Amino acid sequence: MFQIFPTQASALASQVDLLYSFLVIVSVVMTLLIFAAVAFFAVRYRRRSESERPLLIDGSVRLEVAWSVIPFLVMLVMFGWGTYLFFKIYAPPGDALDIYVVGKQWMWKLQYPEGQREINELHVPVGQMVRLTMASEDVIHSFFVPAFRIKRDVVPGHYNTVSFQATKPGRYHLFCAEYCGTQHSGMIGWVTVMPVREYKDWLTLGGSDSMAQQGEKLFHQYGCSSCHLLDSPGRCPNLRNLFGHKVQLDDGRTIIADEAYIRESIINPNAKITYAFKRDVMPTFEGQISEEAILQLIVYIKSLAPTPAPAVSPEGRTQ
Amino acid sequence: MNIAVKADSPAVNYLNAEYGWKSWLFTTDHKRIALLYLVSITLFFFIGGFFAMLMRIELLTPRGDLVQADTYNKLFTMHGIVMIFFFLIPSIPAVLGNFFVPIMIGAKDLAFPRINLLSWYIYILGGIFTLSAILAGGVDTGWTFYTPFSSTYSNTYVMATALGVFITGFSSILTGLNFIVTIHKMRAPGMTWNRLPLFIWSNYATSLIQVLGTPVLAITILLLAAERLAHIGIFDPAIGGDPILFQHMFWFYSHPAVYIMILPGMGVMSELVACFSRKRVFGYSAVAMASLAIAVIGFLVWGHHMFVTGQSMYASMYFSFLSFLVAVPSAIKVFNWTATMYRGSISFQTPMLYAFGFIGLFTIGGLTGLFLATMAVDIHVTDTYFVVAHFHYVMVGGMVMAYLGGIHFWWPKMVGRMYPEGWAKLSALIVFVGFNLTFFPQFILGYLGMPRRYHAYAEEFQVLNVMSTAGASVLAVGYLLPMIYLIWSLKYGERAPANPWGAVGLEWMTSSPPPTFNFEATPEVTWEAYQYHEVNAPEVEVDG
Amino acid sequence: MTADTGLRIVQHDPNLQHHFEEPKQQHEAATLGMWAFLATEVMFFGGMFAAYSLYRASYPDAFASTSQHMDVIMGGVNTAVLICSSLTMVLAVRAARLGQRGMIVMFILLTMLLGAVFLGIKGIEYHHKWVEHLIPGFNFEYEPPQYAREAQILFFLYFMMTGMHAVHMLIGEAMLAVLAVMAWRGRFTARWNTPVDMIGLYWHFVDIVWIFLFPLLYLIGKHHL
Repeated sequence: MFQIFPTQASALASQVDLLYSFLVIVSVVMTLLIFAAVAFFAVRYRRRSESERPLLIDGSVRLEVAWSVIPFLVMLVMFGWGTYLFFKIYAPPGDALDIYVVGKQWMWKLQYPEGQREINELHVPVGQMVRLTMASEDVIHSFFVPAFRIKRDVVPGHYNTVSFQATKPGRYHLFCAEYCGTQHSGMIGWVTVMPVREYKDWLTLGGSDSMAQQGEKLFHQYGCSSCHLLDSPGRCPNLRNLFGHKVQLDDGRTIIADEAYIRESIINPNAKITYAFKRDVMPTFEGQISEEAILQLIVYIKSLAPTPAPAVSPEGRTQ
Repeated sequence: MNIAVKADSPAVNYLNAEYGWKSWLFTTDHKRIALLYLVSITLFFFIGGFFAMLMRIELLTPRGDLVQADTYNKLFTMHGIVMIFFFLIPSIPAVLGNFFVPIMIGAKDLAFPRINLLSWYIYILGGIFTLSAILAGGVDTGWTFYTPFSSTYSNTYVMATALGVFITGFSSILTGLNFIVTIHKMRAPGMTWNRLPLFIWSNYATSLIQVLGTPVLAITILLLAAERLAHIGIFDPAIGGDPILFQHMFWFYSHPAVYIMILPGMGVMSELVACFSRKRVFGYSAVAMASLAIAVIGFLVWGHHMFVTGQSMYASMYFSFLSFLVAVPSAIKVFNWTATMYRGSISFQTPMLYAFGFIGLFTIGGLTGLFLATMAVDIHVTDTYFVVAHFHYVMVGGMVMAYLGGIHFWWPKMVGRMYPEGWAKLSALIVFVGFNLTFFPQFILGYLGMPRRYHAYAEEFQVLNVMSTAGASVLAVGYLLPMIYLIWSLKYGERAPANPWGAVGLEWMTSSPPPTFNFEATPEVTWEAYQYHEVNAPEVEVDG
Repeated sequence: MTADTGLRIVQHDPNLQHHFEEPKQQHEAATLGMWAFLATEVMFFGGMFAAYSLYRASYPDAFASTSQHMDVIMGGVNTAVLICSSLTMVLAVRAARLGQRGMIVMFILLTMLLGAVFLGIKGIEYHHKWVEHLIPGFNFEYEPPQYAREAQILFFLYFMMTGMHAVHMLIGEAMLAVLAVMAWRGRFTARWNTPVDMIGLYWHFVDIVWIFLFPLLYLIGKHHL
């Protein structure tokens, strides 16, 4: 049997399909109208004699206005509806399960805060909002799950996030949608949506350290702890209760400490200096630490700020 | 109507005025240069088509079993680069525009004939660079050259290819510049702006984009090449650069470039529909202004290629809105062509069949463009076969149909011979059927979620892919046929009269083929465009 | 038109190309063509200016810090040299309109000389950048170190922008050389001197690009003179 729609397995999939169906209907109607007019004119006004000279019809301002304005109004509906749904799909999800994704030629690496790690397999519980924070180790990739109707590029140097709520247990395709080199078409995997109880069981299978614990180890291993002493004022800012809170910078700006800020502070420590601290104290870790490790450090720093952290800015991407 | 120039076929015309290869390679006659372009872009069309055919055969089976992944990646990259930069962009402007823009405005030549020849040589030079890159081993970045893959990770001949594209860009700039000056300064007495044929209007709008857009591509490619050379650069995230900036700069040219590809086709359409309906184009000034509106708004919509990159959502909103807005003038054109047929006198010669094909396919191509402008749907379908199908409907279903229609329409004028009507009708039909069979299934594939640029794909997509490949082989026949019978007609075709279609317009008032300076004397225009209703409109004239 | 127009015997101007009706049309076509070409040039440099604006907004401090590595004196002298060359170019155009053959040659040669001075100074500056390890991708070392990362973006743009500008200067020099020879042979008259006019437009455009480049690249931060 012919399939027209992929499986609907997320909360917003049916809404995207509804909008898509609206577009299809408008298009079919328009196409048929034009085809019918062309076909009718072609038959009705076919040339009957070589000497035939039709009358001059110069045009009609009224018609021009009509067929500019009416299609435009229909398009405004598409625009409004599409934009509304777009903001809904990419809206920060509020309270959500965090899963961390690193795209790398040519595989997807996934890490769960509980410590599970997978390659090309993503397990999520049904019915819960999941937020993916995605980084790229090399080129641009794109995280695409057709059954969820979501896609988001994974851009080196940035964190992009995408969130979804799976509604139907099953296994669904995960594709890389942005061309990324030789094995682009092999950078595929599966998303497994499981009932919550099974998911909980699955999480305990690994038995390794949680991401925060792994991050804590790195925190010591990279020598961060020698300076960012957690509870006494050092040469560097205290990281407890940092994540999700406001930071006053030495140039007078105030920013919120989010994932992108912490990543930037590791890669390029002088980019944003906290008020009353000095420049050039911390060395750069550019090229010395993998994207996965940075994510572990971020989760550790997150864990030091137990109050709920705000999501990444509504733009979905921060510098 | 006042027929300015007597249309006896003189013994000497631009084709037989001089002989020998030097008379072609050093010619400054716009008509001969048009033929040089015709031969070269046809070569590139079949090279690009060959790559497409290999891809379609590879995609018959889900597993990548015909060619290696790297080879497949090179195939789609080179298919895109060859077809876009070496066929579609020069196709109508450099061949039909070069030949007919001066004639249709009553000029002896383009304003800068030597620059015109230079632009062909630049095109060939760019082509040689690109072809040698292909022969040396090819390039695998996709025609979009996205960083950092193209700047840092690809191990193929990116530099040579980029240089080829860079060089060819100047050919496009010079053609556009020549057209702008020619249309402004070389019009015959009495040929006012609102008497210009719509083909001229659309080429004028195209030229504006070529002149203002192409240099941005040039600098973008230069920055990319420098980045590859220095292993560091402004698109490199390692030093704080933003790979997304490359996309902005690339699409700032490459979206308007889509209009470089379609606007001249729309111009051809206006000529065809008017001639074969024997009617003045309905809403002449609306169609003319729509061309300019497309050129202007077309510069402001590039960000709709980047809805999923993480671009600011408000920027996306703006780009989405303007993308809908740019659809309005395109819709106006389709409605006006349809209305032109109302109470006309419609005949069904081959060029008109292509015009019907264009209206149908461009309508579908344009409407599916709205799906992509609708952001929520774009999230799902971008970078899938839906996009592939959409732009092939516009560029192949639109532009190539218009190009073939125009080639058939003006073939008698260009070479002085008629093409065989029966074969031509048959191949127009084959092209139409083959095209739809190739690309319609790809819309469905795209919505089902098959990503583009995939060498191997999931099993469930196979049926639609087999349909598409079957269509592609039909399409290949449809494209090979015209090449064969048009070449055949050069020697065996019936001699063409000056005006085989009973068309109006200056190009039909000179002989077929025209003399070197187009007209025996500069015509003076006293009539509006498309005076098909005039009782004493030029009758079909048969010479000899 | 009337049938006899084509038969009218026209005095043939040797500089009038066959496809133009009259010299005025030919001159207007050339002028419009040149302006259209300059529009493409604006877009060409515009791409780099856009990139510059983006990164300067993103990394204002790093960009400002590069000023102390720029030789503002050499840049300033070069600015003055180019402005003078624009003056001599205008004088060459004026001489051409007046049909003063010797003066055209002299002013074109002066313009070329000033252009060469500019390129020479630019070359010395490039050499200094090499010695001071300021070429990104080849030998980049930067003080102060906290800006070493993003300063590379500015230096990359510096070399691309001034490099492209220098390429345009070189092309201008070559065209001026051709003009000088043509002028020496007496090709330009008060009636026909379009090439001098057109190359003049081009030369001024290249100057104006530098007028933007100089402050944007040399004067954005504090200088230690």
